[in-house]
Amino acid sequence: MSKTTNQKAWILVIPVIVLVAFNALIPLMTVVNYSVQETFGSNVFFWEGIKWFEEVLNSSRFHESFLRQIFFTGTILAIEIPLGIAVALSMPKKGPWVSVCLVLMALPLLIPWNVVGAMWNIFALPDIGLLGRMINGIGIDYNFTQQPVAAWMTTIAMDVWHWTSLVVLLAYAGLCSIPDAYYQAAKIDGASAWAVFWHIQLPKMKRVLTIAILLRFMDSFMIYTEPFVLTGGGPGNTTTFLSIDLVKIALGQFDLGPAAAMSLIYFFIVLLVCWIFYTLMMRDEAE
Amino acid sequence: MAKITLQNLKHSYLSDPVGTDDYALKQIDAIWEDGSAYALLGPSGCGKTTLLNIISGLLTPSEGQVLFDDQDVTHTPTTERQIAQIFQFPVVYDTMSVFDNLAFPLRNRGVAEDIVKARVKEVANMLDLENSLKQRAAGLTADGKQKISLGRGLVREDVNVIMFDEPLTVIDPHLKWQLRSKLKELHQKIARTMIYVTHDQTEALTFADHVVVMYDGKVVQVGTPVDLFERPAHTFVGHFIGSPGMNILPCELSEGASYFAGNRLLINCSKLPENGSKNLELGVRPEFVEFDEDGFPVEIVKVDDLGRHQIVVARHENNIIKMIVGEGEPIPSENPRISFSPEHTRLYKNSWVVD
Repeated sequence: MSKTTNQKAWILVIPVIVLVAFNALIPLMTVVNYSVQETFGSNVFFWEGIKWFEEVLNSSRFHESFLRQIFFTGTILAIEIPLGIAVALSMPKKGPWVSVCLVLMALPLLIPWNVVGAMWNIFALPDIGLLGRMINGIGIDYNFTQQPVAAWMTTIAMDVWHWTSLVVLLAYAGLCSIPDAYYQAAKIDGASAWAVFWHIQLPKMKRVLTIAILLRFMDSFMIYTEPFVLTGGGPGNTTTFLSIDLVKIALGQFDLGPAAAMSLIYFFIVLLVCWIFYTLMMRDEAE
Repeated sequence: MAKITLQNLKHSYLSDPVGTDDYALKQIDAIWEDGSAYALLGPSGCGKTTLLNIISGLLTPSEGQVLFDDQDVTHTPTTERQIAQIFQFPVVYDTMSVFDNLAFPLRNRGVAEDIVKARVKEVANMLDLENSLKQRAAGLTADGKQKISLGRGLVREDVNVIMFDEPLTVIDPHLKWQLRSKLKELHQKIARTMIYVTHDQTEALTFADHVVVMYDGKVVQVGTPVDLFERPAHTFVGHFIGSPGMNILPCELSEGASYFAGNRLLINCSKLPENGSKNLELGVRPEFVEFDEDGFPVEIVKVDDLGRHQIVVARHENNIIKMIVGEGEPIPSENPRISFSPEHTRLYKNSWVVD
């Protein structure tokens, strides 16, 4: 039996290729273009090879914002995932309160990111903000525009407020899909509440939690708008995460070469982590 | 080990039940003797699982009591009732090995590790799981997982009753047969009370000493497989048990005799109801219908040859009568006439048997 050859099918694929080319490949290639050349404007370019990459990878500024980024992402994951699971576990399984809880949970997710930043900025201002006044009122000296620790705490609190809901909703969906028979069997087997959580609920939530971690990792690793509006990366550089730093280099200092190199490095880090997650998830499914 | 008594049991899933239709269990009074094997048989939705969950304490009945050896346990939590229950779909703890799965009910109760080891080994031997004890339970097939569920039910020695809720639904037919005989064998060995819920009559009749037939939230008959076959107490039992089920035919009484479509028939009933009683029916199993030149005329609709025997579908006026005829026995082609064995023809009033 011979295979039929029909090259006309390619015509059908062309729209996708054009679309992907314009929204991903061509912009990406411009960045690649900048990352290996030096320009002084007027479209005059000089070949620089991997100089910018070396410069970025060796710069302490990049190391610092990278570490800040890792620390920030690690912290919010360490708070949001357990907190999200705990909230999901305490939500009702049926009855009229289910929809009330779900709507309340979804609210923070519906607020635009810059609005969240602005809200928390005003909320936490030490002189006029409700939160800022209250904290100072109970005798704690708190000013997130000047104290690095306060700035960090406020940024983390804001992210937890904004995004824990996502983890809650995913974990809740995972919990709801556990058949009643598991809980009944656990009762018959005399399992404690902790054993039920550890041996039934957590394993059954594994897949949605992997997705939650992946989403929260990517989002928080690329976070820009909220801390930019809240702290502007300050005080000093203390809350300057990778993306804020990148914008400072590219648009503040107009160092297009290093900025392009940094973008690519940044991109590969995200890609690498996603790939690791994807592989882990697929391996799990194969089991 | 204990005798289980159900008194006046009613259950509704609604918070505010009004009529009897709101009840999943309408009225259950039953005694489960210690050490017997019971099958709870009935169509889907008749309340079998509800009843089981009430015995195990997963549900609290709306009304009535559950007694274990005359001690009221209606409100006792599941863990304190010392029962084992196996569900329709396999439940395994994915993260644990097969061994840990089997050991789980024992370890939760603080049993010493050497006893755990011995018990698990014994149960694994019974279920042919000894070679996969170290494997992760998540990796097993559906049969394997259900064997683990069974094993967790059998591993404790101190249980009052082991309940099986249609446990073989997901099992391959040939394994089904094996596991069923294994359970039967097991029952003879450990003499523990077992309640086996099923909607499959073969399963029920092969497993149990006593079959409890449920229909529409009520127990309609409790008896040995022979009782259910020879003297169904309710037309539902006659119809549900047997393949094909009992023939249920309209009946009239006059002058102390019973008539089916104008034909006078002798039946097994010592105390006929009054003449003119309504809602009367005759029941006769296809096994007890035969060709008889002195019987009444029928028209043959079709004959199914099942290999071991033939099922003849006959018609008299508008009534369909099924009969079982031995393999190779002739079926009259002209003017067939049939009769019922009087010994096995029962009278039913409002669906309940009249003796």
